[in-house]
Amino acid sequence: MVAKKKNAKSNLPSQKVLQELHMKMVRIRRFEERAGKMMEDGKIPGALHLYVGQEAVASGVMQHLSNKDWITSTHRGHGHLVAKGGEFKPMFAELFGRSTGYCRGKGGSMHISNMDLGMLGANGIVGGGPPIAMGAAFSNRFKKNKNVAVAFFGDGASNEGSVHEAINMASLYKLPCVFVCENNGYGEYTAQSRHQAIVDVADRASGYGMPGVVCDGMDVMAVYEAAGEAIERARKGSGPTLLECKTYRYYDHVGVRGMGLTYRTDEEVEEWKNKDAIEGFEKRLIQLGVMTKKKIENVHASVGKDIDEAIIFANESPYPMPEDLLDNVYNEET
Amino acid sequence: MSEAENKSVRELPYVMAINEGIKEVLREQKDAFIAGEDVAVAGGVYGYCTGLLDEFGEDRVVDTPISEKGIMGLGVGASATGCRPIIDLMFMDFVGECMDEIANQMAKMRFMFGGKATLPVTVLTMGGAGGSLAAQHSQSLEAWLAHLPGMKVVMPSDAYDAKGMIISASRDNNPVFVVLNKASLAMTMEVPEGSYEVPLGEACVRTQGKDLTIVAFGRMVHEAMASVEKLKAIGIEAEVIDARSVQPFDTETVVNSIKKTHRALVIHEAVKFGGIGGEISAQIQEEAFDYLDAPVMRVAAPFSPVPFSPALEKVYIPSSDSIVTKVKETLAL
Ligand SMILES: Cc1ncc(C[n+]2csc(CCOP(=O)(O)OP(=O)(O)O)c2C)c(N)n1
Ligand SMILES: [Mg+2]
Repeated sequence: MVAKKKNAKSNLPSQKVLQELHMKMVRIRRFEERAGKMMEDGKIPGALHLYVGQEAVASGVMQHLSNKDWITSTHRGHGHLVAKGGEFKPMFAELFGRSTGYCRGKGGSMHISNMDLGMLGANGIVGGGPPIAMGAAFSNRFKKNKNVAVAFFGDGASNEGSVHEAINMASLYKLPCVFVCENNGYGEYTAQSRHQAIVDVADRASGYGMPGVVCDGMDVMAVYEAAGEAIERARKGSGPTLLECKTYRYYDHVGVRGMGLTYRTDEEVEEWKNKDAIEGFEKRLIQLGVMTKKKIENVHASVGKDIDEAIIFANESPYPMPEDLLDNVYNEET
Repeated sequence: MSEAENKSVRELPYVMAINEGIKEVLREQKDAFIAGEDVAVAGGVYGYCTGLLDEFGEDRVVDTPISEKGIMGLGVGASATGCRPIIDLMFMDFVGECMDEIANQMAKMRFMFGGKATLPVTVLTMGGAGGSLAAQHSQSLEAWLAHLPGMKVVMPSDAYDAKGMIISASRDNNPVFVVLNKASLAMTMEVPEGSYEVPLGEACVRTQGKDLTIVAFGRMVHEAMASVEKLKAIGIEAEVIDARSVQPFDTETVVNSIKKTHRALVIHEAVKFGGIGGEISAQIQEEAFDYLDAPVMRVAAPFSPVPFSPALEKVYIPSSDSIVTKVKETLAL
């Protein structure tokens, strides 16, 4: 049932879609690069898992979703939120632990979320998201709307029992759910070949009685196309798909340089950087006449400016007050 | 503790004392192995598994997938059938992932089998807040574990105890959780070389005093000790007891101290409601009511998940200042 190595076909999406895909990826890349710097400057406390390298996955999938569609994310969650429409100011404020953050400074990087955007949270628990997405998909069906739920999870997370249970239930109930495995080859410092005996996580789909698709996660058009099919299938009530995107994180597991362990080679990192999703896509956009070099530069500049402003905003924002601690533990509304 | 005598000592951080404890266990027990996420090739995310793979090889130092139910089940099944596993659970919060294996299998199997099964399994896990790791990576859940008949739970507060308790835990023929604290990893002290035990179930008086007894768990022992200095300055002499073991709990040492001081304060990092402090204060009033001159008080975290923002986390975690305030209240000052 696994359709291997899907590549983008020739029937192109509209110019608007192509430009939005580009914008999403650039916004994620610049946000994450700057977040890494801010962490190194001591502005961001705690653990920061950055998404640099994997931008095509979040962007290609999210292009098909509205604010009414739900997603669940992972510990590596900023990219998903940016692609879902997350704004820089409350995102940086959250990472800085300020009261103007999306979670009022209570969640931080690992719990960043926005219900209005349909983003059910990053998650500090590996494998925490898929069961929640399955529940959200159940809710969509229960409420008879046409919304879907998409669960992002890693190759490492695919070994959690929770992921297995969620996928089985979604398939059993034919829920409007899509499971997107971002296979970046590692769970922390452990290579995929040392944490599971398969190469394609999507192979497992047949065991759940659902389609499994592998696509090039460094090619935003490939992701866009494969995700489009899976999401359409979910929306029309034909059940879930397991979509595996082969991708790579450029930075270390946590932060930028991480703990300095030698669990992968510099050559391997370079090899993947040569397939960089943004650079490749920009070349293509120019070839296709969708964007000029100048226009692309303008995108980077304006995103950079947005980030500068967001950082000033976050820096000037107040910290939460001690009395805020006991707020939000329960809903006190009557 | 006699084993530790005559051994050369040197300064060692908590994290390396853990490392030495594990090494001693693997050296002296041929049926011992350690399994967990990133313990082998990476040497553990905190660094306390450094060098294990080189010395003991991959049969005894086992990297696992991110599958806590599986990992804890490995500990149950292997210990019940003749091995002496050390299971590494990276963050204490992840007990949620494998609570069935812990609560319904590991803790109860011996009892359910009428004493026919023995489970000499040691679980190492890291608790505690302080690093802005937020609600799912900072909890102190020892009360969940101590509530399970069949389970032992210890909380070494310093490097000496960490090493000795890991060795004692692995020599014990019961499941033992060794709850470590991430905020203590870099704290150094003198630690003997080689093997020695710190008995499970024995509290330790860290400093003597006549005015009140402070019973502290894990890292809170250091906050309590810091408060002792501040209290001295205002003429109060506090006695600090490092509980060291949550299950079994050393009620006797605490009661003996209260017979002298007549007042008690219990301190832990976990939230107050349902925390182990409630159990301890109940035990004190059952065993030492006649000696008490004041109600037993508690200093613990407020009833909220652990917040991310440093501004909130600072107020969340009990500190020497909050202890001083509570001591004054207890003494009606
Ligand atoms: C239940 C649980 N186990 C372990 C961890 C520690 N941890 C955090 S991220 C991670 C690796 C996750 O790997 P993967 O799912 O492939 O995602 P990636 O980091 O590659 O994006 C681990 C083991 C955790 N947060 N939660
Ligand atoms: Mg991964």
